[in-house]
Amino acid sequence: MAKRSAPEINAGSMADIAFLLLIFFLVATTMDIDTVISRKLPQKQEPGSPPPPEVKEKNIFEININRNNQMLIEKKEYVKLENLKVKVLEFLDNGGGPGNNNVGNCNYCKGGPDGIVDLSSSDHPNKAIISLRTDRGTSYEMFVAVHDVLGQAYMELRNREAMRLYGVTFDDLLDQKFNDKENVELDEKIKKVKDLFPEIISEVEPSSN
Amino acid sequence: MSKFKKQKKELPAISTASLPDIVFMLLFFFMTVTTMRETEFKIKEPVLPQAKSTKRIEDKNFVSTIFIGKSRDASKSGDLIQLNDKIAQVSDVKNFIMINRVGKSEDDISRMSTVFKADKETKLGTLADIKKELREIDALKIGYAASQISKE
Repeated sequence: MAKRSAPEINAGSMADIAFLLLIFFLVATTMDIDTVISRKLPQKQEPGSPPPPEVKEKNIFEININRNNQMLIEKKEYVKLENLKVKVLEFLDNGGGPGNNNVGNCNYCKGGPDGIVDLSSSDHPNKAIISLRTDRGTSYEMFVAVHDVLGQAYMELRNREAMRLYGVTFDDLLDQKFNDKENVELDEKIKKVKDLFPEIISEVEPSSN
Repeated sequence: MSKFKKQKKELPAISTASLPDIVFMLLFFFMTVTTMRETEFKIKEPVLPQAKSTKRIEDKNFVSTIFIGKSRDASKSGDLIQLNDKIAQVSDVKNFIMINRVGKSEDDISRMSTVFKADKETKLGTLADIKKELREIDALKIGYAASQISKE
């Protein structure tokens, strides 16, 4: 008997099957990528451990937010959210004295708004602490907005330094790192820029009054 | 007569043979670009605050997410916490993190972080209570989830 060729399989319903799968994925998945503002909590304080070292008042930039989402800085001045960044930049970029770990004076700091160093402001970026005190009633939106401003301020300064040292912004360095995770050279660059302006943000446990 | 016949001839049907290919291409596009919806919200879906200086999460396997939001029942006030797909108390947070740590090496545990996906109307008191729990078990890396708005 002659070999009969197998009949062709009808592929007409293939499209329907594929459509079904497609619609399933459209419904069951989401498009958005999670983005976060990352911070670090302080280590827990064991009872009986030595108290943390004293920090000079001038090296602390105090931000107070009350339950009505109003902001007070340095215990004396009310500021609006949009004016906070300038104040933070002035404080971080002051460079009025020697820093920690014997790095000497800050030779890359640009000082205040007119390039004048304010002796009553921070000594060195690696000593400058931003202290954020909130109320239990403060809204999360305000809290994140303030953290965002702080992040932007650090980013601006780091961008400036990365530009000066490597000719690219810090943002770009991070992007390159994201796409090329094994690159050790980039790691070093990022660390160096980070060390020039380390993020030191301390959150004080909220009060309830 | 034959002339007539020719005019009556129908147009050939459009071939749909390549339709599956096109649809499969779309399918693969969506499969790669999107991620699975992981949790079903027992609380009202949190509306994240907006921020500019956000970073992408590098590896989702090292992230534990804590949802904070309002109750679905509009008459109930106060913030609710959701862990995985259950509504939980502040005291459950420690356990939740510990369970996520199971089977990971010391090195990986230090890379783990906790992300808060909180509604923008959440009060900081709730958040502070959770942070206190986290500090006690040395889960110090945290992140505040925010939807990114363009930098300029």
